[in-house]
Amino acid sequence: MNSSKSPSDVPLKEEVITEKRTPAGETPPSRPPQDSYGQLAMSRIRSSMEQVYGITMFGLKFFRYVFVPPYEWSQVRKHFDELGAKSIPLLTIVGVIMGLILALQSRPTLDRFGAGGFLPAMIALTIVRELGPVITALIVAGRVSSGIGAEVGSMKVTEQIDALEVSGIDPYNYLVVTRVLACAIILPLLTAYLDFLAIFGGYIAEWISSSSSMQLYFTEVVQSLTFYDVIPGVGKTVAFGYIIGLIGAYQGYNTSRGTEGVGMAATSAVVLASLNIIFLDMVIIQLTILILGPGT
Amino acid sequence: MSETEIQPLIEVQNVYKSFGDLDVLKGVSMQVHSGSSDVILGRSGIGKSVLLKSIVGLLIPDSGNIEVMGHQVIGMKASALNKLRKSIGYVFQYAALYDSLTVRENLAFPLQRHSGVDEEEVNARVIEQLRLVGLESAIDKMPSELSGGMKKRIGLARAIITKPSIVFYDEPTAGLDPITAREISELILNLEEQFGITSITVTHDLECARTIANRIYILDAGVFLISGTFNELKESMEPTTRKFFKVVA
Ligand SMILES: Nc1ncnc2c1ncn2[C@@H]1O[C@H](COP(=O)(O)OP(=O)(O)OP(=O)(O)O)[C@@H](O)[C@H]1O
Ligand SMILES: [Mg+2]
Repeated sequence: MNSSKSPSDVPLKEEVITEKRTPAGETPPSRPPQDSYGQLAMSRIRSSMEQVYGITMFGLKFFRYVFVPPYEWSQVRKHFDELGAKSIPLLTIVGVIMGLILALQSRPTLDRFGAGGFLPAMIALTIVRELGPVITALIVAGRVSSGIGAEVGSMKVTEQIDALEVSGIDPYNYLVVTRVLACAIILPLLTAYLDFLAIFGGYIAEWISSSSSMQLYFTEVVQSLTFYDVIPGVGKTVAFGYIIGLIGAYQGYNTSRGTEGVGMAATSAVVLASLNIIFLDMVIIQLTILILGPGT
Repeated sequence: MSETEIQPLIEVQNVYKSFGDLDVLKGVSMQVHSGSSDVILGRSGIGKSVLLKSIVGLLIPDSGNIEVMGHQVIGMKASALNKLRKSIGYVFQYAALYDSLTVRENLAFPLQRHSGVDEEEVNARVIEQLRLVGLESAIDKMPSELSGGMKKRIGLARAIITKPSIVFYDEPTAGLDPITAREISELILNLEEQFGITSITVTHDLECARTIANRIYILDAGVFLISGTFNELKESMEPTTRKFFKVVA
């Protein structure tokens, strides 16, 4: 790690080399002695530890930058449009269908227990607390993390990041902070949008099967939802958005030379972001239960 | 150094840089004085770009010392480095144009960032620079619509639009036809003579080196093999140097 610049810097630039030097891809001609397996395992572990450390430092740096000028609002606005607004068509379709399916599948079971009347409440709670945030985050991760990874990655390999830097512009602030911020702001809005559509999808199913009244359905929905369902549900998506933007940008920023690296950055960004979202969701659920009590 | 001697504008002392097992620079030293235009020759992959990038702080050497305008570049604080970089222009080997911006925006970008320049002036400067490199017609094109040589010239225009006092040119004439290449060499010479720009140029183009160089360095196996004026090197008996100059002999 000898080539990053600002003193505070995360090892940004030459991870690649360390990675290349691990004997991971080589197949030894004969069965290697015992300790080389050990070495292989060690070097694997070390390189993943390095990556975890790298991402953590990269992510913490965001908080040092985001509250201090210069602010790049015009860039953030641009990303709102590119990252957020363009996800809307997909989210619309998924949202409605998700609610529809949920209602269709749950109705017979609920009826069997004589609890059919709870259907609106059940849909609302499932969607708002859990499915809405996670599905939105995963969909946006698929679209946006890879997009950011590829975009930043190609800027890296074509030296555009270097070009920003020599013209005295901090590329982290200009490229990373803006994207992460845009994601963290836009994701709660997209989640709220998907939640609404999914609940509406649930109504469509109800209307098809029993032509129940919209007013009744939505009254039940609203009554069943409390502050403590909505706020943690939508609130955690701020963290999901942060992860989506951050991991995309990190993978892009650490792209090795060449176009092949750009593709890899895009793919690994989606995988990593999705895993982290699921993991973080689990942690947040535990925390919510701990703080607000199991009843909520 | 004796006290009567002027402080060099760029001073590189004993710089080492390696990537993993690959030792690229192994003790490079050079001094560039204000207003001078120095040229680095060397075979492909020998580390010329790495040296230029080290001088502007894009790469951090493993050891050695680099001073630009009296500032220690290695270990410099990011904010101070950014300030120093405002008086530096850098022409990237592969242009490195921002591919989401048009040519006009690419050129305007560094200017708008250095506050105090109003919109009208930005526009005027953009057009002026494009005229210098002969590409006014490309003003509203995207970088993806340009040829390699055109990108190169836009990259050059972008590097000098802020009127820097030091410019680094990484192969400014590579991939250009002989006529354009000569025009670019003359442009570089002009900038030096008119505005007193100090520059370091990496090139394989001996015509360009002949036109602009006050002093030429040959980088080989991680160190400067030899340095001198064009004519001195042309007469040199040193074998590698002779190989470089055979073409023009
Ligand atoms: N970021 C990097 N990571 C790993 N290796 C690098 C990096 N940058 C340069 N190198 C290696 O350093 C050596 C010198 O590269 P450099 O780009 O300086 O060559 P050059 O002299 O500019 O060649 P050319 O004339 O072809 O541009 C090459 O072997 C290259 O592979
Ligand atoms: Mg080079």
